[in-house]
Amino acid sequence: MSVKLSTRKVGDVTVIDSAGRITLGEGASSFRDTIRDLANKGEKKILINLSEVSYIDSSGIGEMVSSFTTVTNHGGQLKLLGLSKRVKDLLQITKLYTVFEVFDDEAAAIRSFA
Amino acid sequence: MPDRDMLLDSNLDSVEIAEAAVLDEAHAVGFSEEELHQLGMAVRESMVNAVVHGNRYNARKKVHVSVTKGPDRLTVVIADEGEGFEMVNVPDPLAEENLLRQSGRGLLLIQAFVDEFQVRRGQPGGTEVRMVKYLAKAS
Repeated sequence: MSVKLSTRKVGDVTVIDSAGRITLGEGASSFRDTIRDLANKGEKKILINLSEVSYIDSSGIGEMVSSFTTVTNHGGQLKLLGLSKRVKDLLQITKLYTVFEVFDDEAAAIRSFA
Repeated sequence: MPDRDMLLDSNLDSVEIAEAAVLDEAHAVGFSEEELHQLGMAVRESMVNAVVHGNRYNARKKVHVSVTKGPDRLTVVIADEGEGFEMVNVPDPLAEENLLRQSGRGLLLIQAFVDEFQVRRGQPGGTEVRMVKYLAKAS
């Protein structure tokens, strides 16, 4: 199964609920397209919910980094929610814990954008 | 003598085929679910490197995958027919100036998830990656 993405608004924060696998090919590219669309529409506060993501490879990580750069360059913020232990391990290995703000609790994540 | 010896096309379907074949053999060795995940990821990253960066999706080039079971280990060799590369020329993905690069983390993840990792020039050309994963109780 590739990744399934759906967006919802919580106040002025756009939450992207992701499920499945973010890997090279369709998964990573649909992720990229969704983020770029939101950035181009002027969305400044984006929270990616990864709680239903079972697998991310280095291409998926690359897309998250690229998304972070895209949103930041548009003057916005991109944060992560609900990482599994495996995804947390990947962020540790790649030192990206120093780049991303990561939350386990959605309400706390939403409040952090204020 | 490898337990599996495959010659695969240079496309993303081959990534799935190689990962499934390696995990099939790894099950028989007795790896835990977490070890299987790590091994699968290392194979996936190595296959993507072979297909995308090595053979550049060239339909005339193949990826050679061999899998050998041992009582306490699994050895996987993945060889492409690309131009080859030198590890010393690969930018360090953990360097501050490279943290926000979109790509370049595959080799880092492979090294994190297997116990032995070697890259060498293939014969007659290309790149050959050799990975060994040991059962946790034996390492």
